[in-house]
Amino acid sequence: MALRSLATRKTLALGLNSTRLTQSRALQTFSLPDLPYDYGALEPAISGEIMQLHHQKHHQTYITNYNKALEQLQEAIQKGDSSTVVKLQTAIKFNGGGHINHSIFWNNLAPIREGGGEPPKGSLGWAIDTNFGSLESLVQKINAEGAALQGSGWVWLGLDKELKKLVVETTANQDPLVTKRPHLVPLLGIDVWEHAYYLQYKNVRPDYLKNIWKVINWKYASGVYEKESA
Amino acid sequence: MAAATSMVTSSSFTFPSQGLRLPTRSHPCMKPQQRRFLRKYASNVITATYELKPPPYSLNALEPHMSRETLEYHWGKHHRTYVENLNKQVVGTDLEGLSLEDIITVTYNKGDILPAFNSAAQAWNHDFFWESMKPGGGGKPSGDLLDLIERDFGSFERFTEEFKSAAATQFGSGWAWLAYKANRLGVENAVNPWPSENDKKLVIVKSPNAVNPLVWDYFPLLTIDVWEHAFYLDFQNRRADYISMFMEKLVSWEAVNARLENAKAQAAEREMEEERMKNEEEWKPTDDDDDDDDDEGLEMYVDSDDDSEAE
Repeated sequence: MALRSLATRKTLALGLNSTRLTQSRALQTFSLPDLPYDYGALEPAISGEIMQLHHQKHHQTYITNYNKALEQLQEAIQKGDSSTVVKLQTAIKFNGGGHINHSIFWNNLAPIREGGGEPPKGSLGWAIDTNFGSLESLVQKINAEGAALQGSGWVWLGLDKELKKLVVETTANQDPLVTKRPHLVPLLGIDVWEHAYYLQYKNVRPDYLKNIWKVINWKYASGVYEKESA
Repeated sequence: MAAATSMVTSSSFTFPSQGLRLPTRSHPCMKPQQRRFLRKYASNVITATYELKPPPYSLNALEPHMSRETLEYHWGKHHRTYVENLNKQVVGTDLEGLSLEDIITVTYNKGDILPAFNSAAQAWNHDFFWESMKPGGGGKPSGDLLDLIERDFGSFERFTEEFKSAAATQFGSGWAWLAYKANRLGVENAVNPWPSENDKKLVIVKSPNAVNPLVWDYFPLLTIDVWEHAFYLDFQNRRADYISMFMEKLVSWEAVNARLENAKAQAAEREMEEERMKNEEEWKPTDDDDDDDDDEGLEMYVDSDDDSEAE
């Protein structure tokens, strides 16, 4: 399957597929990444019903609309239609951001039997203690900011590569962390859109935030931290 | 202007809601002396200045379109929390005693939003939302309202399409509105210096989070809540289905009508007031002895060489 799609992309790039001759280069489109675990594997912290809807419906919709917007953007660029190019920016930020953020989020979670909830060790663990005093203190801060966020958005643990420190930030809607400051790298993001928890926790977002730590995948966050702080 | 204050926990009508005034259960207000007495103890006692008003129908009355469970959470938890938070944020501050709509305007602060805005606006928005719906709602409006819709949108069908589209494309949390815009430009807070009959228009607007058209000085007529909590239990991710259901089965055109009449009346009153003030200005005495300020104002624009300040 992978080979076939590789061949298709190459064919497109060489312009051998006649219907694509009008396009000077192939447009990379995106598809829904598989979850590295079953929908029900994060229970009882996050229900299987939520995971399935969140992945198959919400994330998929962002991807579908992102691809659509990119196609329209490419066309507008080729035609020199500046008005459309600019008009598409919100759709791209929103849907592209949705794709970016959720892709990170699935990696931020892991079933308990695969290390979900195990505290960070190594350099990230040390950096957390240095920046926040303790893991508990960091968790408290993230939960407070996540609960206080009005409307829809995300709460992040990020690495500020410029200032060389860990920070807790929130972003609105589907704005990726990098829109807050360009040198921010997301290590861990928690989705606080209502769709992320409503069926299970209803209006009690603080309960969702309290419970999600049981399935947070610190191994992934550590990996990103080590790579980006090298 | 101030909302009626009452310590009693059973529901009483305290919100001045724009337009539709519903029949309320009569409720004895606390005697003024008692109220003052309680204020002295305000440090420990949260005076319930604003109360959670129930929807004008029972929580299961909108079934099967909007479930009782949704109303129980949406009204019983979300709306209630906004009201409780509002009271906590207002007590002991300058905002205490103001009408809800005044609090909204003050805390919107021209976009530089102050903390109590979210609670105040969301308390208002949800009241307005419940009153925008009714059991057996939907269908088409009639009379003046339908005429205006057809004038400003071409047809009722096109209005419906545009309203549904606004509701579907509000990114993140927020609201879609039908509003009456009288002599205001299509830009926030801009007053049309050359108002005309053509300015009095119906418009569809969408707003994020807690923002509502009161902050742009429009008259809201109809709203749909598109925060996910409004539809997730019944429709999950299918926002478009929720919006269609709302239009077809729940909209209370009576409420919208009543609000439109009220809006037109208020707009007319405002116009008369502005005329009156303009006439007063024109007849103001221009005696030099009296008003130095006026002359100073003129001089600023007449002579740019002279940069001397006040005389």
